[in-house]
Amino acid sequence: MNVGYYPGCSLESTAGEFDLSFRAICKGYGIDLVDIPDWNCCGASPAHQLSEELAFALPYRNLLNAEEGSLQTVVSPCPACYSHLLHTHKAVGEKPELSDRLAEMVGGTYQQSVTSKHLLDFLFRDIGVERIREGAEKPLTGLRVVSYYGCLTRLPGVDIDDAENPTMMDEIVSALGAVPLEWSHKTECCGASLSITRTDIGLRLANEILAAAKGMKADCIAVVCPLCQSNLDMRQPDVEKKYKYSYNLPLFYLTQLIGLTLGMGIKDLGLGKLVIDPVPLLRTKGVL
Amino acid sequence: MKVLTRQEDVHQFRDEILALSGEDSSHCVQCGKCTASCPIAPEMDLKPNQVLRYIQLNSSKPVLQCSTIWLCASCETCSFRCPEGIEIAIVMDTLRKLAIEEDLATGQKQIVAFDEIFLDSIKRYGRVYELGLVMRYNMASRQPLKDAHLGPLMLGKRKLSLLAHRIRGRATVREIFRRSKRFLGK
Repeated sequence: MNVGYYPGCSLESTAGEFDLSFRAICKGYGIDLVDIPDWNCCGASPAHQLSEELAFALPYRNLLNAEEGSLQTVVSPCPACYSHLLHTHKAVGEKPELSDRLAEMVGGTYQQSVTSKHLLDFLFRDIGVERIREGAEKPLTGLRVVSYYGCLTRLPGVDIDDAENPTMMDEIVSALGAVPLEWSHKTECCGASLSITRTDIGLRLANEILAAAKGMKADCIAVVCPLCQSNLDMRQPDVEKKYKYSYNLPLFYLTQLIGLTLGMGIKDLGLGKLVIDPVPLLRTKGVL
Repeated sequence: MKVLTRQEDVHQFRDEILALSGEDSSHCVQCGKCTASCPIAPEMDLKPNQVLRYIQLNSSKPVLQCSTIWLCASCETCSFRCPEGIEIAIVMDTLRKLAIEEDLATGQKQIVAFDEIFLDSIKRYGRVYELGLVMRYNMASRQPLKDAHLGPLMLGKRKLSLLAHRIRGRATVREIFRRSKRFLGK
């Protein structure tokens, strides 16, 4: 099965392990990912903060390239990339003048043939919870996991589960043989790029999220967003220093946890790229 | 003091935002749910409901100069929970663009600088060059050693590449930048 893929800028750098592990599990399930030819950045928050047209035109070029590459479905691991593709696709369908303007700016007309999906939706509905359960040769027995959705459920146009109390990740975690935990901060914002521009705020938000996870005696946190992951993982030592508390909570991409149950190793899943080392935990739980 | 004589002028600012964003701030009943839901409200100078109140009062300057519009992380919890169905995050987006347009974006200058450097990276390469972005941002915000301790860690784990990825269609991307306007149809 061929599926279009829009990795996005983070997956080429800070979230390299998200890319590695998603590609690895897709291969495991017999799915061929085909990158959008010569994809560009979606514009992220800065584009929609500064220019409305730019925020549509950058994703438009990606949709056009996907269409020209005959990709019917495009999966995006980054919630922002995904929401910008979807938002642009919808706006093109609803506003003919915008559609004409974008076609003129980008130099080609997008015929609205691309279906965008976020990676979580793809895992949950296309690969399917049952297949993930059946494929879990090495279940994550006894691993206590909180699923962190961040703002994913509220992004424009996103139709993922329940916005206030989503359970899709939890159902996958359960299918992996791990213990999904209820907790308070499932959908609280991580602060996104404020971790760079207002690090004080980023650290406060990360501390609140980590404390809530620790309060449930979680062993680790599962995420499906590169920004959530780096704000809680890369910044965790700084949070610990500022708030004088040792969390030591590994931040797994959900795709890494799935890969572990498929019998994949540290290198296949980029586990060595995580800042908070998950290997001791996985050894204690008998996963590695 | 400016004396408003014509009826329509009383809601000039609200109408401008309505025209640009499609969101009518006059529906706000000041229940405060947006502020209670906002994860960043503690650091904001104006709380989200106060921003809406100023718009209702036709008072543009405090709103365009506040830190709130820049600190908003667009998580959209406020929009989702607003009992009047106002997409507050979209109002914030519109206010940011208006603030820049009117040269009043003074609330959090480093965030504006970050956005501009971020976009410049896309304009040059077609993708974000993260190492270059952080270094340029640190210079622009005059804190060259900010997060310097993370550099070796991220490079060691190959989470940052030393060179930018350049796409083939850079000319198209530059053209998109050249032609993009701040607001649709303006």
